Parts: sequence; C-alpha cells; structure tokens
Amino acid sequence: MSELVVRDLQRSFGGVQAVGGVSFTLRSGNLLALIGPNGAGKSTCFNLLNGQLRPDSGSVKLDGMELVGLPPRRIWALGVGRTFQITATFASMTVAENVQMVLLSRARRLFGLWRPAAAQFREPALALLERVGMGSQADRPCGVLAYGDVKRVELAMALASEPTVLLMDEPTAGMAPAERLALMALTAELVRERGLAVLFTEHDMDAVFGHATRVLVLDRGRLIAEGSPDQVRANPRVQSVYLGGEA
Amino acid sequence: MSFLLVQALSGLATAATLFLVSSGLTIVFGVTRIVNFAHGSFYMVGAYAGWSLIERFGGTPAGFWGSVAAAALMMGVLGAAMEIGLLRRLYRSPELFQLLGTFGVVLVVQDLTAWAWGPEDLLGRRAPGLKGSVDILDQPFPLYDLVLIGLGPLVLGLLWLLFNRTRWGTLVRAATQDREMTSALGVDPARLFTGVLFLGCALAGLGGALQVPREAVTLHMDMAIVVEAFVVVVVGGMGSLTGAFLASLLIGQLQAFGILVFPQITLVIVFLFMAVVLVLRPHGLLGRADEAPPTAPAAVTVPLSAGPHAGAWALALLAVLAAAPLVAGDYALILLTEVVILALFAASLHLLIGLGGLVSFGHAAWFGLGAYGSALLVKHLGAPMPLALAGAPLLAGLGALVAGWFCVRRSGLYFAMLTLAFAQIVWSIAFQWYAVTGGDNGILGVWPSAWAAGKAAYYWLTLGLSGGALWLLRRAAFAPFGYALRAGRDSGLRAESVGIDVRRFQWMAFVLAGTAAGLAGGLYAFAKGSVFPTLLAVPQSVDALVMVLMGGIQTVAGPLAGAVAFHLLEAKVMSMTDWWRLALGLIIVALVLVFPKGIVGFLSGFRRRR
Repeated sequence: MSELVVRDLQRSFGGVQAVGGVSFTLRSGNLLALIGPNGAGKSTCFNLLNGQLRPDSGSVKLDGMELVGLPPRRIWALGVGRTFQITATFASMTVAENVQMVLLSRARRLFGLWRPAAAQFREPALALLERVGMGSQADRPCGVLAYGDVKRVELAMALASEPTVLLMDEPTAGMAPAERLALMALTAELVRERGLAVLFTEHDMDAVFGHATRVLVLDRGRLIAEGSPDQVRANPRVQSVYLGGEA
Repeated sequence: MSFLLVQALSGLATAATLFLVSSGLTIVFGVTRIVNFAHGSFYMVGAYAGWSLIERFGGTPAGFWGSVAAAALMMGVLGAAMEIGLLRRLYRSPELFQLLGTFGVVLVVQDLTAWAWGPEDLLGRRAPGLKGSVDILDQPFPLYDLVLIGLGPLVLGLLWLLFNRTRWGTLVRAATQDREMTSALGVDPARLFTGVLFLGCALAGLGGALQVPREAVTLHMDMAIVVEAFVVVVVGGMGSLTGAFLASLLIGQLQAFGILVFPQITLVIVFLFMAVVLVLRPHGLLGRADEAPPTAPAAVTVPLSAGPHAGAWALALLAVLAAAPLVAGDYALILLTEVVILALFAASLHLLIGLGGLVSFGHAAWFGLGAYGSALLVKHLGAPMPLALAGAPLLAGLGALVAGWFCVRRSGLYFAMLTLAFAQIVWSIAFQWYAVTGGDNGILGVWPSAWAAGKAAYYWLTLGLSGGALWLLRRAAFAPFGYALRAGRDSGLRAESVGIDVRRFQWMAFVLAGTAAGLAGGLYAFAKGSVFPTLLAVPQSVDALVMVLMGGIQTVAGPLAGAVAFHLLEAKVMSMTDWWRLALGLIIVALVLVFPKGIVGFLSGFRRRR
C-alpha cells in the first residue's frame, strides 16, 4: 500500500498564483482525476509533484517521506512515474529501446560502456509494449510514430519502472475516441491489477467520468470540489466553472 | 596613486573599443540568434580600410574623422552583403552550422586581406589635433585615448536613442523578443535583419578604424578581438547592450590591472572571469533567462545503427591499413599516420556532438594538452616514449574533468562559448608561459623510442593505439552509456524523469572525449617530433569540427571518413596554394550550405533515394 499525501501546495509565477493551496491524498487502487478549465494549474500541479518545479510552500509525502526539494530523478527512483502532456520520448531510438532505457536505468546499469544496450532487457521491454498494444511497432523509430502511439509508448516507459504512483498528464490527448476508451480501460485495469495509485488530468469528460474513482476539480489554482464522479457532476460550482454561468 | 589612475584610464580606453565591437556582436545576436564569428573580421578590415583612407585623407581633422566614418560605413555594407549571401540561409540551421559558416568567412577574409594589403603590419598616422598627451596627476596620458573614453558612453547613448526613440529601433527590439510575432505584424524580417547586420558590422568597423592611430594594423586582429568580444557578450548577457557596456568596463579594468599583477597570464584572468560569471549568473550579468539562446534543436531523429556487417568491414579496413607499410612509401606512411591520429581526434569530438548534442568549440584544448603533456614529460623529466604517451590522455582527461564540470552546466551556444574559453585558457598558458612551454617556439625534439622510430613501426603503433581507442569509443556509443547520452540530448526532461542524471553523463562524455583526444595529441607530438601552441588554437578546434561535419554527424563511421577527406585535402590540395585559408573557408561555407549531412550522410541518403 502506498500513499501520496499532498498538503497545501503553493506556487506563484511572478505574482500570479498558479497553484494556491492544493491538498489531497492519493492511495493505492485510486484512479484520481484532476480536471479544470485551461490554465487552472493542472500541469503546474504535476510539475510540483514530480519535482520539476519547486513549490513556494507545502509538502508532498510518499509514505511519510518528504518529496519536496528532491530532483525529478530521485522522486522517480522512489516510485513516482510520470507521463507528459506534450509527449517526450527519445526520438533517435526505437520504441523498444525507449522502454529498455527505463529498465536499464531502473537496474542502475546505465554506466555500462561495453555490452550493447539494444540487447539488454529487450524481452521485458517487448512484454511491456505488448501490454500497451505497441508490440508490433517495437522496432520502429520513436520519432515517426503517430501521436496516440507515442502516448502509449510513454505509458509503457512509465510502467517499466514499476511505479507505485503514476502521474499521467492528459494521457489520451490526440487519440481517437475508441483509442481513448481503450487506454483508459487499460489504465483502470492496471490500477486494479497492480494496486497502482494514478493521478491523471483529462479534457475528455467521458474518460473522466467513465473511469475515475474520484475527481478533483481545480479552478484558478484552487480545489473547488472533490468527490465521486456523480457528486462532482452534480456540484453547482463545477457546473458554473465549466458552463460559465453564475453559481 | 597617479599611476593607478592612469592605469584605470587606459583600461577605460580599452573598454571603449571592446564595447564598440561587442555592442555590434550582441545586437546581431539578439535579433538573428547567430553568434557571428566573422565579427572580428569586420573589425580587422575596418582597421585596414581605415588605414588606407587615413593615409590618403587623414591630414586634417575633417579628413581623419571622415575616413573613420567611411570605413565604418563600408563594413556595414559588407555586413549587409554577408547577411544576404550567407546568414539568411542559416537562420534555421543548428548553431554548429552557424558558427562554422561564419568561421569560414573569417578564413576567407584573412586571405583576401593579406592579398589586398600584404602580410606586413601597418602603422597608421596619428589623429590630427590629438597627437599629444595630457598630464594627469603628473603622468602623461594620450589625448586620443581620452577621446576614445568619451566615445564609449556616447555610442551607448546614441544606440539607446536609436532603439528607444525610432520606429526602426522599436522593431529591432520587438524582433529580439519574438521573431515570429514581428513577421506576423507585417514587418519584412529579411530587410530588418539586413539592417541589423549593417549596424552591427559598422560598429565593428568603427572600432577597427579607431585603432589605427593607437596600434599597428595586423592580420591577427580579427581572432584576438572576436574572442574578447565573445567574452564581453557572454559576461554581459547575450543580446543585452547595457550588459555589454558593463562587461566591457569590467574586462577593460581586469586587463589593465591584471597585466600589473600577472603579466604572464592576462588572458587566463579574463577567461576565468567569464567562467566564474557564467557559473554564478548563468545568463550573464544583465541577461535574462528568456533571452537565452535556444539549445541545439533535436535534428537527429534517425536511430543510430551499426549496419549489418559493420564489424566485418572494420576488420577488413584494419587489415588493409595494417598491410599498408608493405606497399606505401615513407611519405604516404607519414600521411596515413596523421590520418589515423586525426580520425581518433574527430571521433572523440563526435562523441560529444553526435551523441550528446554538445557542440564543443574548444576540442583542440584536449588534443593540445595531450601533445604538450607528452612533450613536457620528455623535455623536463626525460621520460621514455611509452611513459610520455601514457601521460598524454591522463593530463588531457584531467583537464577535461575540471573544465567539463563548468561546461556541462550550460547547453547550446553557452556550452560552445565555455569550451572555447577553456581552450583559450590552455592556449594562452602554452603561449605565454615561456619558461616551461617555450611559448611561440614550442618544444622540439619529441622523438619516439628507438624501437618505434621507423616510419612503419610508428605507424603500426599509432594504428594499434588509435584503433583500440576508436573501438572502445564505438562500444561506448552503443552501450547503455552512449544511449543515456543520447537520451539526454533527445529529451532532457524525459531523461531526468526516468532517473537519468543527464549532466553527469555529459560530464563523463566530456572526460572520455578529452582523454581520447589527448591520446591522439600525444601520438601527434611523437609523429611530428615537436609541439606548438597552434595545436591548442581555435583553428585546430575548427578543423575537428569540419572533419566531423564532413563525415556527417548522424553516423558513427562519419568522423573517420571526414578525417580522411579533410587531411588529404589539406595535404594534397592546400599545400599547392598559398591561399589555403581561402580554400578551406570556401569549403567550410559550401559544406554548411550544401552538405549539411556530411559525406556519409549524403551517400546513405543517395543510396536510400535510389
């Protein structure tokens, strides 16, 4: 069982408060959605959680251990995986090699100067790619993939480190509707199967309300609602934020 | 006391010239994002043109100042021409191509200048009406220098008015902040950029023409000033005019007083100052983070692959090379030895550029450090060749360990500048520390041991050591280490988020590349029997870049092909002409414009098309 406890996270950019006092708890088996209009601070929130940005104040604890102040690679090593909103993979490598890199990093074998990298951890990498439906494209260069496929490679890379907590920033952006549902179903399955704790942002409301166990709503850097999908859907403040009406 | 005051004043006069030149460089960089290596050439030609005009018309104050102004305007026109002919085609190229392309212009201009004005240093006449000196606290100080001191702030003021009070200046500032936006507003960026190059190069020309009464006009002015101007621009913050002014003042004083304290290593002080500023304030004194140059675009998206029979080909090549002494004569063997050494040198640079995306502009430092390491061990300690050869990669690797710690803190153009700075530090030590390094005279009598003294024996030794090192580099490129390096280049963000300490891998690569280059340098020292400071100088670094570029950045075999092509070209073609700089410069410009993927890249692209 893992538990990510976020308390009163704050971050401003030159006087503009991007994230102002966000608190929540993420546990194993949770599939927590973070939603909100553009500019609500979702991506900033993610960057604060994985160490890419340092919060002005607040704390992020993984099983009691403070993560604030650690660099991204240390937080990753503690079991917090991440996928990016704008996809970032190693474009000069094949799909399989991208996943192999993570496995090599996990095994602390990156400083090897002798044995070819392409031959190491290939089998487990292929298994992971099979799991996300990318097995047939394992030997294609990552730089030429369709956007939705890159997202799936990112998921395989995130899973390769066997995280206990997974942060997914818009995991289905750029995908066709059928693909979206498949990916969300896969994610939900992984949460059940491995007891993963997943926090994800999403613009597609079908994906959010169809799969999330709980939903957080962010508006202008603050949490304005939290609860089950049905509770959040019924919340008048959430409706006003999304529909622009008066609360 | 009065002596110190005069020293400070002469520092101010130096600062004024530095500011004129570097303001032009920083303006051009701010708008075009190109670091113009040829900026110093406009300074030099400005001085030569100024000299000719002043000789003819400079008898009266009006004639003198008119000549200076005319020289500046001429350089402005030449700068605009360079924008139209060359830079315009490079705006979207990787920074390596921009730096190399403008360096090609440096070489061309050097030979054309020598052709037009001859190789002798020229002494100009003094400025009419300003020939004397004034007494400042009983110390004489040249009147002309006082005028220069006033000119610095005057030009800063005029530029400020130009940029803040005219429509054109406002557009230039807008383009500096957001190029795409400006063209969206209906401004023709091409004309704007041409205008900016005119202004920047005119300022360089002005700085050069104003030197005529102060010092001899020489063919070495260009590199000396442009490297100093780089330092000023980097210290002040790239693109910042006030930053350049402030940095000029600081560096002017540093030079004026540094020469009193450490006359041997004035150059070192300036470059150390730059390195320290960059570590403390990464964007320079007045630079802003968002004005930082973009890092190398991830142009390389082709997976690196070994090819189906790479191992077999390599063995076959090695066998052919090993058999060469059976048929080749002494001259051919000397040539081959050098080619093999240069291949190792180029391959070591390729590790940084091709895998790490780190464009080093000072790789000669490690080659030269290796060469000097061997030579010094032989000369001062009487070391036998094997020991001296072992010392070469060690010394170079150690130097790279220290310099690398600074350099990998920054990426893109700043990395290029930092590596250049460290190379200049090492060069100036070799050049100025006469007692140990022999200065300009170098170190002679670095000959191999008796068993390796024959041309064939030394060739085999070189082939064995270089081949072994090349093999190790290649293994490393395909091992997890090389992949991790590429991961950091492809996406630093992603690499860090899967546990890859990008900076540490870059540092390691820097040390590895430095060590390999050091071995090449050591072998080179014994092949030539002597070492000179030119082994550490900028042109040597550029040679390595040209070899890598000729071979193609995307291929592991590229540097080898590049070294062969480059060295044969150098030995066969350029030795036949006195104008080798012109030839090399034109080759570089052509390479950058026509063959951006290099020989191997071009051939494989050709094969794929068929």
